[in-house]
Amino acid sequence: MCTGIVETAEVSGSGKGPRGWFKLEQVNVSYDHPSDAPLEHALNIDFVNQKEGPSARVAVELSPGSARKLAQAILTALSQVGNSS
Amino acid sequence: MHPYTTDMYEGMLAETVMIQGYNGDTINAYFARPLGPGPFPAVVLIPHMPGWDEWYRETTRRFAHHGYLALSPNIYYRFGHGSPDDVAAKARGSGGVADDSAVADAEGSLRFLKSLPLSNKKVGVFGTCSSGRQAFLSACRLKGFDAAVDCWGGRVIMSKEELTPSRPVSPIEYTKDLYCPLLGLFGEEDENPNPQQVQSMEQELKKYGKTYEFHMYPKAGHGFFYYDRPNYRQEQAVDGWKNLFTFLEKYLGTTP
Repeated sequence: MCTGIVETAEVSGSGKGPRGWFKLEQVNVSYDHPSDAPLEHALNIDFVNQKEGPSARVAVELSPGSARKLAQAILTALSQVGNSS
Repeated sequence: MHPYTTDMYEGMLAETVMIQGYNGDTINAYFARPLGPGPFPAVVLIPHMPGWDEWYRETTRRFAHHGYLALSPNIYYRFGHGSPDDVAAKARGSGGVADDSAVADAEGSLRFLKSLPLSNKKVGVFGTCSSGRQAFLSACRLKGFDAAVDCWGGRVIMSKEELTPSRPVSPIEYTKDLYCPLLGLFGEEDENPNPQQVQSMEQELKKYGKTYEFHMYPKAGHGFFYYDRPNYRQEQAVDGWKNLFTFLEKYLGTTP
């Protein structure tokens, strides 16, 4: 962890990992070296369930520009359905 | 560097072993060594943030190929098991490996290697990226390493805001305690550590009269040894490896 930039949040929902669907309990958002994306740093998002071990993870590694588009798309979609949690 | 000729016998053993690390925990480690009675110099390879991954296993074997007893401890052991990137992601989400834990795992590795009858009792520590930082920390906080290699270790210099309970001290503060010669390999285009930070580190090493050798490579950024990443720089990597093995041979001795 070279940059140390990590934000976490509790979430509820489901994610599909290598072993199928699992309950999500946390999302970790970091800006650090990616494992696969061809970038020196990426905006990494890990949807996880700590109780189910390291493999309970849905991961994406995005360029900063892509991450901003994703954040905007999420907010835009949510703005159309009101404030439901 | 061990000169290889085509008439030589060559052999290597590489396997997973168990060692004692931080807090008395038994953790797994990847151990590669040349065949033969030795005595061989040794190196601890602390894995980087992408995890205890294939690159580190290959590099462990590379050191063995060059005549070293090479041990890479799984410093991510406490985060569970799975693919290296999943385990590393879990560590990242939990704030990373605590400095005390990484240093103690390096100490356990050092103890393991020195205890081997094959060992010439000289042990170095090597790390890249986050583990370059941990290699520097280990070389400062432990008495026993004979050489240290910090490849582009980020956050050796930390601001107060960056300190956390698991990383409570900026490693640069330990410079006065550096126990062994240090080799540093860096890229001019790296942002972490950037050339200014490397200069500050160098000033601190000079201030305390430490033995060190730094190479700052032009047209290279972070992680220029990683052949599977876009930052790989062939020319700089080849020269870096050459400097690295020359440095280790000087301070750890050669293979028989």
